Amino acid sequence: MSETTRLMGLMTGDEKHSDAATSTLDVLRVLYERVLDVSPERVADVDRDRLYLSKGHGPMAYYAVLAERGFFPASWLAGWGGYDSPLGHHPDRNLVPGVEISSGSLGHGLPLAVGTALGLRAQGIDSRVVVLVGDAELDEGSNHEALALAVALELDALTVVVVDNRSASYAVAGRIEERFRTEGWHAVTVDGRDHDQLEKALAHRAVGRPGVVVAEVVEVVGR
Amino acid sequence: MRDARRQFAATAADLVESDDSVALVYAEISGQYLREVEARHPDRVVNVGIREQLLVNVGAGMALTGLRPIVHTFGSFLVERAFEQVKLGFAHQDVGGVLVGSGGSFDVSGGGRTHQSPGDVALLDTLPDISLHAPGNAVETDMVLRSAVAGSGLHYVRVVGQANACTFAVTSGNFHVVRRGAGATVVAVGPVLDAVVAATAGRDVTVLYTSTVRPFDARGLRAALGSPEVVLVEPWLAGTSARHVADALRDVPHRLLALGVDRVEHRRYGTPEQHVGAHGLDAAGIARALEEFLRPAARCGGQGANRRAATA
Repeated sequence: MSETTRLMGLMTGDEKHSDAATSTLDVLRVLYERVLDVSPERVADVDRDRLYLSKGHGPMAYYAVLAERGFFPASWLAGWGGYDSPLGHHPDRNLVPGVEISSGSLGHGLPLAVGTALGLRAQGIDSRVVVLVGDAELDEGSNHEALALAVALELDALTVVVVDNRSASYAVAGRIEERFRTEGWHAVTVDGRDHDQLEKALAHRAVGRPGVVVAEVVEVVGR
Repeated sequence: MRDARRQFAATAADLVESDDSVALVYAEISGQYLREVEARHPDRVVNVGIREQLLVNVGAGMALTGLRPIVHTFGSFLVERAFEQVKLGFAHQDVGGVLVGSGGSFDVSGGGRTHQSPGDVALLDTLPDISLHAPGNAVETDMVLRSAVAGSGLHYVRVVGQANACTFAVTSGNFHVVRRGAGATVVAVGPVLDAVVAATAGRDVTVLYTSTVRPFDARGLRAALGSPEVVLVEPWLAGTSARHVADALRDVPHRLLALGVDRVEHRRYGTPEQHVGAHGLDAAGIARALEEFLRPAARCGGQGANRRAATA
């Protein structure tokens, strides 16, 4: 059992979203351990890379990874979801060091990230903005407004990682990558449990256009 | 006088030119006035197309990087269509910006209900700590926008075609005393002042004016109060600021008449002036309402007096 998994075990009370939580675990570990240029000392540094956890549901893996990386004390985890805890069942950037956006309502992270990528570019800052969305979250039409504009404005600092656990009601195999590609994104699909595949895909930054990594995590039972 | 929306565009362009931390995001609307500044500063002036949810969150996303965004389209699409983006993108993230909604209650009278947002102020008033502004003409629009952009936090500036003849300085949260009288206090908020001044001619009332809808100047209202009768005149949903009057006068037995746009959907086109009249917000309509409210008989019932008693 990894340290992250042990830390996740400290959190109880959100079983409804436990599949959602474990599906993001490997993507989050790879991002924070191997890809993103960010650390607890740099949470206010304008040059840091940013992860926007748009899919705010089931944030146990997110909290566990942030705690393991030292963004906040692991002692916070046990009381999560309590009235006095800064750790809610959806994260709040104003309460948790390292949390970049407050999320929970679906379909906000990617549009916010488009604005952030624009804001960074306007200030000559070359940092990356990575947005984690769920496959069912893409049902929200607001994402599709963002999909088109990000390409039109050539936002190559922007990377979307879609954690695809086939939770959308009307999922069609291959459709997510196809849809992003049609809009002009650099798009790849990888095994969402394979850290080397994830690292290779997430470390890639396309020139002149945004990128998407579809991380397939169909098997969630028995981990 | 210059049209307020053109003034907004000119002032916004000037702010983008003079301050690298100011950005301007819009959604096609008013593009005819913004092309030049967009061509000069394509990194900080962004047209998102017909995408209002994106419009608001792009502004909020820019604010997350430290920029001060001005976010603009018609009020109906900015506030009502994209309200959750305002609530979560700005208020819940706790980042600031200046939302500028045009059209108001019935600038686009011929366009019908789809382009009319008499509920914008009431809806935004559900958010904590938002500053709401209703400049009374183009000159006030310029002053209010400069002040809001130079400030911090979340602001909404309501830019409409209706205009007052006189211009007042922007004093955040302080009523201007337009006229002092011994009787009732009539509070004109935004571009209804000319009608209020005309409607109150010959009456011994106090007239207060402000373009700052929120924060509401409770202290100024108490200080101005003559007889304990207050008439609110607002060019959006009637009663939007009534709770603030109630709060300000919680220990003072008083009567309140809240005039504004009524909730009935009239399903009419025509001109903005016709809509102003239909909602009783022209000078004649306000005068009629004042006459009924301030009729001496109304006082005989004491605290139980109401409009029915007044007309009985």
